[in-house]
Amino acid sequence: MTNRDLPPLIDYGLIPLLNLLAALAVSGVVFAIIGVPPWTALASMAEGAFGSGDGIGYTLYYATNFIFAGLAVALPARAGLFNIGGEGQAMLGGLAVALVCLGLPGWPWWAALPLVVAAALAGGAAWALVPALLQVRRGSHIVITTILFNFLASKLLTWMLVDVIKAPGDPSPETAGFAPSLALPGIEGSPLNLSLLLALVAAFLAWLLINRSVWGYELRAAGQSPEAARYAAIPAGTLAVLAVCLGGACAGLIGVNEAMGVEHRLVLSFTSGAGFVGIAVALMGRNHAFGVVLAALLFGALYQGGSELSFDYPQVTRDIVIVMDGLVILFCGALEQLWRRPVTALWRRR
Amino acid sequence: MAEAIRFDGISKRFGAVEANCAVGFAAAPGSIHGVVGENGAGKSTLMSILYGYYQPDEGRILLAGQPVRIDTSAQAIALGIGMVHQHFVLVDDFTVLENIVLGVEAGFRLGPALAAARRRLAELEASYGLAVDLDAVVGGLPVGLRQRVEILKALYRGAEILILDEPTAVLIPAETEQLFAILRRLKAEGKTIFLISHKLREIMALTDRVTIMHQGRVVADLATSATSEAELAELMVGRKLAALPAPSLARPGSVLLSASGFTVQDRAGIRRLDRIDLTLRGGEITGVAGVSGNGQSELLAALAGLIPVEGVLLWEGDEVPQRHRAQALRRLGLGHIPEDRQRMGLIAGFEAWETAILGYQREPAYARRHFLRIGAARDETRRLMAEYEVRPGAPRLRSAAFSGGNQQKLIAAREMARAPKVLLVGEPTRGVDIGAIELIHARLRALRDAGTAILLVSSELDEILALSDRILVMAGGRFTGELSRAEASERRIGLMMAGLAA
Repeated sequence: MTNRDLPPLIDYGLIPLLNLLAALAVSGVVFAIIGVPPWTALASMAEGAFGSGDGIGYTLYYATNFIFAGLAVALPARAGLFNIGGEGQAMLGGLAVALVCLGLPGWPWWAALPLVVAAALAGGAAWALVPALLQVRRGSHIVITTILFNFLASKLLTWMLVDVIKAPGDPSPETAGFAPSLALPGIEGSPLNLSLLLALVAAFLAWLLINRSVWGYELRAAGQSPEAARYAAIPAGTLAVLAVCLGGACAGLIGVNEAMGVEHRLVLSFTSGAGFVGIAVALMGRNHAFGVVLAALLFGALYQGGSELSFDYPQVTRDIVIVMDGLVILFCGALEQLWRRPVTALWRRR
Repeated sequence: MAEAIRFDGISKRFGAVEANCAVGFAAAPGSIHGVVGENGAGKSTLMSILYGYYQPDEGRILLAGQPVRIDTSAQAIALGIGMVHQHFVLVDDFTVLENIVLGVEAGFRLGPALAAARRRLAELEASYGLAVDLDAVVGGLPVGLRQRVEILKALYRGAEILILDEPTAVLIPAETEQLFAILRRLKAEGKTIFLISHKLREIMALTDRVTIMHQGRVVADLATSATSEAELAELMVGRKLAALPAPSLARPGSVLLSASGFTVQDRAGIRRLDRIDLTLRGGEITGVAGVSGNGQSELLAALAGLIPVEGVLLWEGDEVPQRHRAQALRRLGLGHIPEDRQRMGLIAGFEAWETAILGYQREPAYARRHFLRIGAARDETRRLMAEYEVRPGAPRLRSAAFSGGNQQKLIAAREMARAPKVLLVGEPTRGVDIGAIELIHARLRALRDAGTAILLVSSELDEILALSDRILVMAGGRFTGELSRAEASERRIGLMMAGLAA
């Protein structure tokens, strides 16, 4: 009975804000220790993330990936399953995108897009299907299997890019460039492209499915109480597989953003850990589609602000930025209850 | 009168709810003090305050005249207060001895600690007539003995004041009698016992004084000898109770559901249901009496198609295939008020309207082309809540926020509102207050008169006797007897429940 004791504005607004401030405060201490004045560091990050058109562009570009990755965790989570395989599912989505794009030279992007999106969805979903089936049919824990599938995906991608679809004569493991006509329209000066709209549409559809459809209702019922779902003759197993596959499909769309939107080819480490950030995004967004969008924006800003910060201060290495991301995850995710008790107590005393 | 304990002006609020309001009364040493009231009347809150789970907003507790502060249950235990929980808190894989010693081991080395405990427990068992085999594994003990382990646990920790929360809800009549004997003995030894119960007959039989609570306040505090069951009931509910009219004679119709050779084995290969045959006729309430855990849960689950079962199930003469049986039965018109409302009947995190459509979410009334008709569902829930007196009548409130009785009324409303052809009912009034019992019983009868075939599984003999047209007694996964309403008496059923022919 803890959650709804608070009005939504406090529950979904004030408490995440307090968590974020706590994370920033501790980050400030870290900055002070390595000799960067905390206040200017924060200002530099904010400036980097929101201070210029390019900065905003980068923030939104990162957020695009994080929305996909966040949905990849949030959708299965509503069915009670923890999908850690976003990274691998994204790789398969990327592979599918590359294969379609390489096969459609000369097509305009708008004609290819539906095919590319379908391929990305299918690639991600296919990679999620096996762990989902193993969980539902055999009880193999999905956390373990999806982690293992991340390794498999990474090996598969490496092999494909080194031995199979590598551009001839190119020393690096990547495909040949796609036809220029296939490049998604974007903003000059930043990697931001049309995929952001795709991400927002995906989030909206996820919301519609989960919160408004009968399927979503049954999915949530099965996720919250398997016993009650059985009682209500809800096919919980089928729905769980469906939810995990939909999550994988969302992760697959990261491939659209990276391959078709930014690099115009498939490069080896294109996912760059976005799949794992998705776990934090879903955690912070409370597995709600719109929450995921907001959390993805926050993490996008942290990423972009962080890289800007390491630019300004040589002692802020990539690792320090990761420490800061970790603190945000720690306070917003794992220590999410930290402020709930005192705030609830204050609210009651009112 | 010497006082063992006094509640002095205890008040406790949860948000807008006044759970306790200036509650004050006292209990004497060597007495059994009943506390009665509807669900949500504040009994549990008060006892939780006494046991250190909650702190009162105002007021204080005096033990033997001295004000005390009880911040944790550890402090409560140190002050000699013991709680026997309604849901036992025992480790199934441990022996009785290990369970009792758990957390209060006398030293770092377990061996000597257990030996010392064994000596003290032998004394306790002897002086209170609480015979339990200390080396038995708790998981294998019947419920009545587990309860004794809980009582021993409290006494071993030096309890002078014992709180028993609905202690007889899970017991068969014989076990109840044994419990009462133990409680009387404890009382004779000078212990103070708080007995929380919905069963007014037990309150009348056992207690010396009784405190009646209503909406967080004490409405009366009486010597038991000076009151009556009827007076208690009216004080509890705060109004006159309409006596349930004598049931009209059943007019059984055609057979709607019949099962033959129903057999269910658990993982260990034990037969939970053993070749059960059962027919349910329209317009008839078939009661299944028995001690919990004798196959009733499996019977309900198997009839509803929720677990795999050997045997044949016929619906109006046609076989219902095993595959997708639950869905098929729901479509044919099966309603099911499940035994375990918390885990099966509702989803704690769902809003009331979401719980109110559970199992019916695909009906045209609630869904159009795969999308929920949320407005329609909320309106319908509001209507159901009014009709079945669910309080508060707020469709957006989370299901977990309702009291047990109101949750049950909501579930009953959901399953009864569509006038199902067959209705399976498991423990419809367990832990539910008098007002809700009255309503649910009246609705069940009305449904029967309208032609529904009802299977009522209950461990409350009163309930079985009040509602059933035909009574089956269950023990060890089989029906051990069948009685018509006219033949049935508590004694005969009790004997059959214990597995003895009557």
